[in-house]
Amino acid sequence: MFDRRKMLLWAATTAAIPALCAAAPARAEDAVKIGLILPMTGGQASTGKQIDNAIKLYMQQKGDTVAGKKIEIILKDDAAMPDNTKRLAQELIVNDKVSFIAGFGVTPAALAAAPLATQAKIPEVVMAAGTSIITERSPYIVRTSFTLAQSSTIIGDWAAKNGIKKVATLTSDYAPGNDALNFFKQHFTAGGGEIVEEVKVPLANPDFAPFLQRMKDSKPDAMFVFVPAGQGGNFMKQYAERGLDKSGIKVIGPGDVMDDDLLNNMGDAALGAVTAHLYSAAHPSQMNKDFVAAYKKAFGNRPGFMAVSGYDGIHLIYEALKKTNGNTDGDKLIEAMKGMAWESPRGPISIDPETRDIVQNIYIRKVEKVDGELYNVEFETFNAVKDSGKTKK
Amino acid sequence: MASVLTNLFDGVAYGMLLFVLACGLAVTLGLMNFINLAHGAFAMAGGYVCAVLVNNSGWPFFAALPLAFVASAAIGVVLERTLYRHLYVRSHLDQVLFSIGLVFMSVAAVDYMMGSSRVFIKLPAALEGQIDLFGVGIGRYRLMIIVICGLLTVALQLILAKTRFGSRLRAAVDDPRAAIGLGINVPQVFAFTFAFGCGLAGLGGALSAEILGLDPYFPLKFMIYFLIVVTVGGSSSITGPFLASLLLGIADVAGKYYVPKMGPFVIYTVMIVILIWRPNGLFGRTAAR
Repeated sequence: MFDRRKMLLWAATTAAIPALCAAAPARAEDAVKIGLILPMTGGQASTGKQIDNAIKLYMQQKGDTVAGKKIEIILKDDAAMPDNTKRLAQELIVNDKVSFIAGFGVTPAALAAAPLATQAKIPEVVMAAGTSIITERSPYIVRTSFTLAQSSTIIGDWAAKNGIKKVATLTSDYAPGNDALNFFKQHFTAGGGEIVEEVKVPLANPDFAPFLQRMKDSKPDAMFVFVPAGQGGNFMKQYAERGLDKSGIKVIGPGDVMDDDLLNNMGDAALGAVTAHLYSAAHPSQMNKDFVAAYKKAFGNRPGFMAVSGYDGIHLIYEALKKTNGNTDGDKLIEAMKGMAWESPRGPISIDPETRDIVQNIYIRKVEKVDGELYNVEFETFNAVKDSGKTKK
Repeated sequence: MASVLTNLFDGVAYGMLLFVLACGLAVTLGLMNFINLAHGAFAMAGGYVCAVLVNNSGWPFFAALPLAFVASAAIGVVLERTLYRHLYVRSHLDQVLFSIGLVFMSVAAVDYMMGSSRVFIKLPAALEGQIDLFGVGIGRYRLMIIVICGLLTVALQLILAKTRFGSRLRAAVDDPRAAIGLGINVPQVFAFTFAFGCGLAGLGGALSAEILGLDPYFPLKFMIYFLIVVTVGGSSSITGPFLASLLLGIADVAGKYYVPKMGPFVIYTVMIVILIWRPNGLFGRTAAR
């Protein structure tokens, strides 16, 4: 029974192949394909949706033709599983002949695709994952999101300078969480601060309660928190349930926990949380106001930092194609991307020509109520922050 | 000292929650000898029903809870009559394969209908925050869980031990043929029990959204926990899973608090130790059927 079905399937496929081949060459000349690999299902789906939305928005605004070539996005869902990422990247490169692979919701996914980018000599544009090492894994990786070192070192310095003496840390136990923790620790203790408690929580953690109780009992001035985008809501609910807001323990950290996507549903417990991050939907530039308005109109909710990373990622691809005049040679594209600088909704950004990582402003923000909604309001800016995870070496 | 009591309290609340979620499974597995891995799917259904009623239709939380029970029980009845019934006589492997298939279908269906991001149920203000009782922090929501689940446990025990239905059920389980001979409608008793177990899971799902988080992967994520409760507790009574849930809840919370690095392992270590000591669970029957 099975075999007969398989035979039928084969027959159908082989019959379809000539038709596909006939259709392909006519378009290959004037189309540039971008393989977009994102988690569209699973716990990280909010990341994928934001990036996908932002790219759609950008293409609506700027059109889908660059340097005479039509841009074609092929979206694949890897559910943030690196095995899937690798398989999908391979399919996109080999079967669909894409000129870029882009997206990558989590660090392991970005790393899984790195050797393929190197082998195929095509640019891998990382639009979400934030561990420092990613861009070192292939000379074809360019990043438009952020690194955790960028925001964690800044919040470490800021906390030490602003009267916070004792900090307890709660971070998710995987590469970005460890990055955030280590960079924060270095800078905070160098500035004279003290870590009184250090807890790493499992990535798929159902209940924060016992960990939060431990934080509370160590009586710090503030707690440093990193949980991946999407878990912030659950965290803040339990933070409030346990009464940590009332015992005067402030939340500080990189901005992931206060993602604009979830912030407004967290309730008043989030008020006063101070985070360092690359983007806030309340960033007071005209460009950002237009971006937020357009995004809200198209998708009905606020863009978060993942959306802006996707928006900049597709912009980078467009600009690189303009510079090479439509040439899709991987080396030329990477060369074109290096050192590119532009104004993004998050502020001025550029691609570091040496590390291919992003250089951007990091803002210190506090959660406040603006027109009845919760926003991260920026009050201090650190200009053109490079990834300190690499500048040290 | 205060933190010990707070942890104990949290552990009991967590354990109670596990019990309500898993006791339906203990009933189908222990009493009806049917392996229903899709049990978590009924819990998830209850959770989503409650979330939709509260968040979208503006129902009060306490009115939505019973409906979560009813909705899951109704789904349970329908599936029992149409699908599960045919599998009672099949081998355990068939039952496992069938119910795990249901799990995957439920995950995909909920993902499609409700989206994959985590859902929160808007709680009344009275349930938020902590009460400070002699320096011991008592979460209001967790207190409510303990009260509801405590009452449920007592009620269940009474129904099973004292009522006519309880004795019919026990008779139907011990010897279905003799029970039929005595005029007990065994399929009906099983259907009702199954639906009741599903309803309890639905209620548990609605209650756990706040603490465990509710998303389409709920049935997969917590399947292991339910199975641990049933294996450790043994499946011959309600008391076994109840004590096992409490033990695991407290061990899990205490483990995460006192040895955070080892936290996630504690619950499994407890399970392994208990099963080596008593392979049939704490209150298991030795005579296999």
